[in-house]
Amino acid sequence: MSALHSDTHGHDAVPHVALKDYATGFVLSVVLTAIPFWLVMSGVLGDKALTAMIVATFAVVQVVVQMIFFLHMNTRSEGGWNFLALIFTVILVGIVLSGSLWVMAHLNQNMMPMPHAMNELP
Amino acid sequence: MRLSAFSSLQPGALTAQYYDLDEHDHPEGASTLFGFWLYLMSDCLIFAMLFAAYGVLGGNYAAGPGPKDLFELPLVALNTAMLLFSSITYGFAMIAMQRGRTAGVQGWLVVTALFGAAFLAIELHEFSNLIADGATPQRSAFLSAFFTLVGTHGLHVTFGLIWLGTLLVQLAKHGLTDAMRRRLFCLSMFWHFLDVVWVGVFTFVYLMGTLR
Repeated sequence: MSALHSDTHGHDAVPHVALKDYATGFVLSVVLTAIPFWLVMSGVLGDKALTAMIVATFAVVQVVVQMIFFLHMNTRSEGGWNFLALIFTVILVGIVLSGSLWVMAHLNQNMMPMPHAMNELP
Repeated sequence: MRLSAFSSLQPGALTAQYYDLDEHDHPEGASTLFGFWLYLMSDCLIFAMLFAAYGVLGGNYAAGPGPKDLFELPLVALNTAMLLFSSITYGFAMIAMQRGRTAGVQGWLVVTALFGAAFLAIELHEFSNLIADGATPQRSAFLSAFFTLVGTHGLHVTFGLIWLGTLLVQLAKHGLTDAMRRRLFCLSMFWHFLDVVWVGVFTFVYLMGTLR
């Protein structure tokens, strides 16, 4: 394989990229960014919890979009090891985030009320 | 006789072992992109911890200003646009690289750097406004966590710009060699990765902070 391609411009050095991918990723990202900003800045939905949930969903979708179209993520690159490392990282990020929030929320609940918090008690 | 040492063993226990003492053929740079990907994943964990810290401390204003009093969403939207534009222009640089056009790569890299610099300028403007209003990192746990998270991202962009400048110098010197292609591709992953992190920042810090 390398004998076939080494005399061309060394395209083996990096993965192949396509203009279509970048354009698709860019358009999707613009849409997925504009909608959350519009939702929050105009407050059209009225319900804050619902807005927050929708905004978070858009963020997750945009992260996936950028991973695929900008970072050229797929399950085959580097024989699947890239994807495996990503899965491992996603699991660790999930543990770190959910663990921290969960533990600290309970810590807050079980703390003695501090003087400034006592003022807020009935 | 060497074999006599094994004579007490069962016949089936004798297995051949091979030690490959010769170096394999490792083509130069064959593992660079995977290694860089692993670096990005570890960087991801740094940001995960900073996001976790912000998630835990983001509501502790210490009777100081909160996100609603401080954040200017139009400015953040402009900043987001700068970073997104720099992402697509770096993509154009990669397309030019694939077509072997050195001048095209250099041109798009300069455009990318300008968008990146604009992002940093807007962010520094925002930070200086906050500090001028007394919303310093020392003011509350919320502001400490905010400045650490957003500042770390800004530092990454700064180093990305330094790296980009270095590659421009090298590109002028060496042209589009295989090594340069790998370096440019690594920086492209770094740059797009920073955009991915920024999606988390503007969503969970700015937008949700304003909703809170």
